[in-house]
Amino acid sequence: MIAYLIRRFWQTFITLLIMSLLVFVGVYHIGNPADILVSAQATPEEYEMFIRNMGLDKPMWEQYVTFLGNLFQGDLGNSFVYNEPAVDLIFRRLPATLELTFAAMGIALVFGLPLGIYAGLKPKSGLTRCIMTGSILGFSLPTFWIGLMMVMVFAVWLGWFPASGRGGLSHLVLPAINLALFKVSLVIRLTRAGVLENMLMDYVRFARAKGLSETRVVVVHVLKNTLIPLVTVLGLELGNLIAFAVVTETIFAWPGMGKLIIDSITVLDRPVILAYLLIVVVMFSLINLVVDILYSVIDPRVRYE
Amino acid sequence: MHDTPITAVPGSATANMPDAAGDSGPVLAVEDLHVNFAIRDAQVPILRGVTLHVGKGEIVGLVGESGSGKSVTGLTAMRLLDRNGSVAGGRVLFRGDDLLQHDQEYMRALRGDRMAMIFQDPLMTLNPVLRIDTQMLEALTTHYPAMPREEARQRCLDALVKVGIPAPEERLETYPHQLSGGMRQRIAIAIAMLNRPDLIIADEPTTALDVTIQAQILYEMQQLCRESSTALLWITHDLSVVAGLADRVYVMYSGKIVESGTVDDVLDKPMHPYTRGLIMSSPGNNEPGKPLFQIPGMAPIPAERPCGCAFRPRCPRADGQCESDPVETSFACAGGGDHTLSCFHPYEYSDKGIVL
Amino acid sequence: MTEERVGIAAPATAGTAGTGGTGGTGGIGGIGDVLPEELRAVRPESPLRRNVREFMRRKLAVFAMVIVLLLCAMAVLAPVLSFQNPYSLAELDIMDGKLPPGSQNWDGSITYWLGTDDQGRDLWSAILYGTRTSLAVGVISAFLALAVGAAFGLISAYAGGKVDSIIMRVVDIQLSFPAILIALILLAILGQGVGKIIIALVITQWAYYARTVRGTALVERRKDYVDAARCLALPSSRIIARHIFPNCLPPLIVVVTMRIAYAVMLESTLSFLGIGLPITEPSLGLLISNGFEYLMSGAYWISFFPGMVLFLLIANINIVGDELRDLLNPRLRT
Repeated sequence: MIAYLIRRFWQTFITLLIMSLLVFVGVYHIGNPADILVSAQATPEEYEMFIRNMGLDKPMWEQYVTFLGNLFQGDLGNSFVYNEPAVDLIFRRLPATLELTFAAMGIALVFGLPLGIYAGLKPKSGLTRCIMTGSILGFSLPTFWIGLMMVMVFAVWLGWFPASGRGGLSHLVLPAINLALFKVSLVIRLTRAGVLENMLMDYVRFARAKGLSETRVVVVHVLKNTLIPLVTVLGLELGNLIAFAVVTETIFAWPGMGKLIIDSITVLDRPVILAYLLIVVVMFSLINLVVDILYSVIDPRVRYE
Repeated sequence: MHDTPITAVPGSATANMPDAAGDSGPVLAVEDLHVNFAIRDAQVPILRGVTLHVGKGEIVGLVGESGSGKSVTGLTAMRLLDRNGSVAGGRVLFRGDDLLQHDQEYMRALRGDRMAMIFQDPLMTLNPVLRIDTQMLEALTTHYPAMPREEARQRCLDALVKVGIPAPEERLETYPHQLSGGMRQRIAIAIAMLNRPDLIIADEPTTALDVTIQAQILYEMQQLCRESSTALLWITHDLSVVAGLADRVYVMYSGKIVESGTVDDVLDKPMHPYTRGLIMSSPGNNEPGKPLFQIPGMAPIPAERPCGCAFRPRCPRADGQCESDPVETSFACAGGGDHTLSCFHPYEYSDKGIVL
Repeated sequence: MTEERVGIAAPATAGTAGTGGTGGTGGIGGIGDVLPEELRAVRPESPLRRNVREFMRRKLAVFAMVIVLLLCAMAVLAPVLSFQNPYSLAELDIMDGKLPPGSQNWDGSITYWLGTDDQGRDLWSAILYGTRTSLAVGVISAFLALAVGAAFGLISAYAGGKVDSIIMRVVDIQLSFPAILIALILLAILGQGVGKIIIALVITQWAYYARTVRGTALVERRKDYVDAARCLALPSSRIIARHIFPNCLPPLIVVVTMRIAYAVMLESTLSFLGIGLPITEPSLGLLISNGFEYLMSGAYWISFFPGMVLFLLIANINIVGDELRDLLNPRLRT
């Protein structure tokens, strides 16, 4: 187990290094941040000074080494725009994003699991056909468009919920549902496929031959086998939600890190882009690790050596 | 009896089981059972009038090629058919009580308590993500919710010891994948025997195992059933298994019983050309160096079954008469009991051997 | 004698081969000998024809297919079907800005059935052109990604060993990141433009194809006909291209269909966020984004209609893909 953890950390570290290099080189080649950040009225001297202060005059490799050196001290540089540490900037917005993604995941599970189980147990019923067609439509709804429509109907026309910002539960409702819509469909489909597959297994027949009630067959035998693989997928989907929060946060002006990264991309705020990316990579790796460990806890067949 | 269905009180496991036919009649009697399967919008007959019975403490073999309907017979007796299968006629009498007249709630009380079933693949029959103790205990507690946990556990341990599992305490704490195939099948057998049922239906439980393990398990099953006078219906495609295990045997072909009788009688003097073909094609009956005997052709797909005797296209003795349905005839066996047969041109025997 | 018969039977098989029909090469010809005379007269239905027939039997599939084809026709015929070129500023009248659906322009010569946007652009015309851009970007990127992914997938499956593990490692790492994140970073680096968003979509999507193709190719590779082809000493490239690849097609068709839908969705999302397509070549996503500002003031139609079309496009492609999967997956057949 310890060896396994060490190997995992080493892999994460390598991925981080490669990603940071790729992105650093990429970002280095896109224009000069000074062109955007220094005002047009600035004198050439002021312009030069800005470049020197930012360390932009040094060769690329030297900048990268400096960047790496600072990285190990937890310093990812100051935002060009806000002139404060990029890491602080992102971490300050992290809770908002996490609140949104966990709420969305919760909604996806609360609606997706029961519907998926029903569709798996009654594959031929009319309601199942509705659920499955509905889930395709859910897959196909552009998140950003349905977000706008939600704002229009529930905030502008009906006035039930606020259209933007973060605050109490009422602020959370629309963005969380918006982000969850796509995942509800996914959870339905995965659960249904798992239930369908497991219901055909011999162990179900044997469980029935023991005289167990159908409830126990489904809840204890089938569901456990269905949910175990689901944990892996949902873990990875959590990462996906964090990324997709970019869209929802933009629509509902939700002060999370997704909104920050979009703003930073449009003004080429290099340190923030890099810091966001590295933090996201670390978060994803952590999520993957937690999912793997969780998987080995709930699935007796898996043991990491 | 057909006209007076017994109303069941679900939930009570053994109390209200009809014992009228009790000790005298057979434990299981299948009478003229017809089962259809829905295949692509069409109802295809899979069982076409199966009749068989298993007496108390008797071991009966049900032999046939894959697709002959032998597993369907077992599953129908347990009322565990898949959703696309439906009973089109006949009766399944368990201790004189027609199971087809009852709902699933009634069946649930019987299953695992008075009648049990074991399946082919031991890797698949135990739930991979539940511990052995969970899977054993639930078979007890579902029928006897009041049983104290300690007593239930003790019964599980006893059952494991009976089927020859060493260190049963430890085995209870393991998951199926940590055990060998033979061990898993023994556990499945132990689960089936937990409530000392009157009938066990075993659907090829040793087919997936090594030959040596198969022999051990066959022997143990035989002993256990004899001791507890449990009736056993053993479904298999392998005649040699039946030879060493069963008292009587039914030979099934394309949804019908074509021949039945005591094991000695049927195996020594097979009268139906199909039974004879089966015996001759078993490698053990082959003279060394000679090519193996093989029944020509393949078993018909149920939807494309020929009229009359289904074995007709593969039969060396078939003629025009076989295009009409053969009627079942029965003879008295040398060793007592009946020898039944559905064939127009059976093999005949004299004291010196086959006469034709 | 036998050789001659195989020779006769072979053209018949070749003639009936549809999707993945090349699989049998040589081996299937021999079956003709076993078949009884009366059966030989009945020509077996080709897999392609059977699948088309099965597809036509599914009402939902046909319905969705018709809508997809209709939207494609709209995209292709955009210049003919539109009242104005929505991107020639000379044809726009700012006075007609934000007119609700059904309004007419000042002299009644044009009826804006779906309303106009803030610049007086006829939304119907804008949607036609937007659909054109969205579909073109989606389809082109999906097929480019397919080409790249299929190539890597086949190489990976066929070469095995180190090559395989390196390619699959890259695929795994990439697939562990959400597509939108990769596209965001790429577009931040590349900047805006049709070519750039296609590049970004190809890079984000190739890994899916590589994995699918490798998976099916590995299964196919173990089959007898590949051994047979090897025994004939055919070159690897020929075995891959002519024998393995055609048999990978059925699952690939499903993946490509679904991926086109996803590419359209991703492109419109990125355009909505303002980092996809430039203003000069607006896709449906950009049209929707454009209406965002005016939503609060009640001009819902600027966002609503383009979004509706986008939804119809994606949903129907997905339905077609879903039905195809049911159809082509033998495991789900009853």
